[in-house]
Amino acid sequence: MGEASATERDGTRPDGTRPDGTRPDGPHAGPVADAGGGDGDGGGVIVTRALTKRYRGGQLAVDGLHLTVPAGSVFGFLGPNGSGKTTTIRMLMGLIEPTSGTAHVLGRPMPRSARAVLPHVGALIEGPALYGFLSGRDNLLRYDAADPTADPRTRHARVAAALDRVGLTAAAGKKAKAYSLGMKQRLGLAAALLRPRRLLVLDEPTNGLDPQGMREIRTLVRELASDGTTVFLSSHLLDEIEQVCTHAAVMARGRLLTQGPVAELSAGARGRLAVTTPDAADAARVLKEQGVADVVVAEERVSGEVPERDLAEVNAALVAAGVRVRGFGVERASLEDAFVALTGEGFDVAG
Amino acid sequence: MSRAETAGRVSPLWTFGLFRSELLTTFRRWRTLALLGVLAAVPVLVGVAVRIETGGDGSAGGGGGGGPAFISQITNNGLFLVFTALAVTLPFFLPMAVGVVAGDAVAGEANAGTLRYLLVAPAGRSRLLLTKYATVMAFCLVATLVVALSALITGALLFPLGDPTTISGTRIGFAEGLVRALLIALVVALSLIGVAALGLFVSTLTNSGIAAMATTVGLLTTVQILDQLPQLHALHPYLFSHHWLSFADLMREPVYWDDLTKNLGLQALYAAVFGSAAWARFTARDITA
Ligand SMILES: Nc1ncnc2c1ncn2[C@@H]1O[C@H](COP(=O)(O)OP(=O)(O)OP(=O)(O)O)[C@@H](O)[C@H]1O
Ligand SMILES: [Mg+2]
Repeated sequence: MGEASATERDGTRPDGTRPDGTRPDGPHAGPVADAGGGDGDGGGVIVTRALTKRYRGGQLAVDGLHLTVPAGSVFGFLGPNGSGKTTTIRMLMGLIEPTSGTAHVLGRPMPRSARAVLPHVGALIEGPALYGFLSGRDNLLRYDAADPTADPRTRHARVAAALDRVGLTAAAGKKAKAYSLGMKQRLGLAAALLRPRRLLVLDEPTNGLDPQGMREIRTLVRELASDGTTVFLSSHLLDEIEQVCTHAAVMARGRLLTQGPVAELSAGARGRLAVTTPDAADAARVLKEQGVADVVVAEERVSGEVPERDLAEVNAALVAAGVRVRGFGVERASLEDAFVALTGEGFDVAG
Repeated sequence: MSRAETAGRVSPLWTFGLFRSELLTTFRRWRTLALLGVLAAVPVLVGVAVRIETGGDGSAGGGGGGGPAFISQITNNGLFLVFTALAVTLPFFLPMAVGVVAGDAVAGEANAGTLRYLLVAPAGRSRLLLTKYATVMAFCLVATLVVALSALITGALLFPLGDPTTISGTRIGFAEGLVRALLIALVVALSLIGVAALGLFVSTLTNSGIAAMATTVGLLTTVQILDQLPQLHALHPYLFSHHWLSFADLMREPVYWDDLTKNLGLQALYAAVFGSAAWARFTARDITA
């Protein structure tokens, strides 16, 4: 299952990026886009322009979203609870009508072209939904039968392959109501993988999975991506996005804060100077004297913004003041730092 | 739509896979089977009751005018249990069962969240709704046939069988009696398509299967009550249940078609009106569940 490219990717990925962030358009470059003729939007697999959704209750869930998901990317769609991720995905999948603005998927307008576009898209939206009284296999057979372009002659084989891919072969005959949360999640993923897809839209795919399951999903996502499938993955787990995504967009309160290659996003936020020492109070005082702003003490760890001056001088000053330094260095900014820098606030639920 | 790109050769026949899947899913639900079980039990109850009542003395139960249609003839001819059972179940049991299945059709899937996965499959909203309606109609037919078959078997076991006498007093052969019974079952099934359309429309309005089922059954009861109020006489011809019992006219010689056609016309009207309403609603609706 594409081991070679998966390993290669793993090799290039201590920081979760590829050299140029995108991949060349492979053999999947796009019958739908070609046939649609409407891909003057820069070739994005998903392109939204001023996409807005106000629910009937008056809640403005998505506000003027300009999103471009490059072909071949693993695109992390990041945001706290209630920021509008699922609402955006529902609009992309044609489940709800935008209040205003446009959404193009695979070069075609949604929801108008849903029947032409969606056979190429596998989706997991807001968790799996299953028929509890049917077996796992029968659930997949039903979802596959719902697609009028899916060949019934290959149906059983494709269902078996999808079950195998998510490791559910042994439990395929069990009634879905007897599945654990993680098994349901896997079955939902299997439904998204019933056919070769050009785009996978996964709304919080690791929800409810154990650490082993999470790792498997990440591996699966990388495999799929190496086959040329674009993966659009929503999450509120920053480290998850950092681990698998090439690109990311950050949402908060229905608005897009930023989007781009993951490396650029975290580079945008400056790293922090961190000192590990048993003499935390002294260290904090010295750092402030040396012009380090925003000093934070957490037990034996003192951190602050990286100052303008030479860090060697700062270190020397610490030692001169008798601070016993165990560790000294600049920590690379995480996506979380980037997020905090962008929003000026923590990762909390919007009202 | 069906562009070559989708997978080379897409056969238009594949679209019926959803109907097959829908039938399988509906008839594998425990609730559907329970409803059919209840429907099968009604003729048995009626048959046993008639048998006990008449105590085997052969004469029809005393008050000739009382009770449902044909009941006084059952002791002479078990075939009449089919007609009686349909007359007993048509006012409530059958439409209630249909109301439950139709009400649950869309709302139940919305409630379980499976609706969104069917739609992104993509089932297509019109196609899914049509499939649902076809399945509910199939259920109408199966439910009616279950009642008729259960009645036929019970009738054959508990009573003698023979050439039936029509309402007009003429005798027809047993084989023709069977054909009429089948025809009546078909007409009864068709009598239910109005309720089916109404139930499906209600089902598109809500995300709660229970609410849709309760509303449909509530509407059914209300219509039955309205049909009993003489003050609303002018309204009666437009109530979907008004001509239901006209199926008995198939047991006349010659068959009296007037009320039968009125009934079927009314059912078609309900199917058209509520079918369109369901379509308008379902194709425009935000699926957020
Ligand atoms: N069906 C609905 N009707 C009205 N408001 C809704 C509906 N669904 C979501 N909302 C509101 O829209 C906003 C965005 O919700 P959404 O589900 O898109 O967030 P999310 O980013 O997916 O959150 P989470 O991480 O919790 O899944 C929230 O304020 C929510 O309350
Ligand atoms: Mg969500």
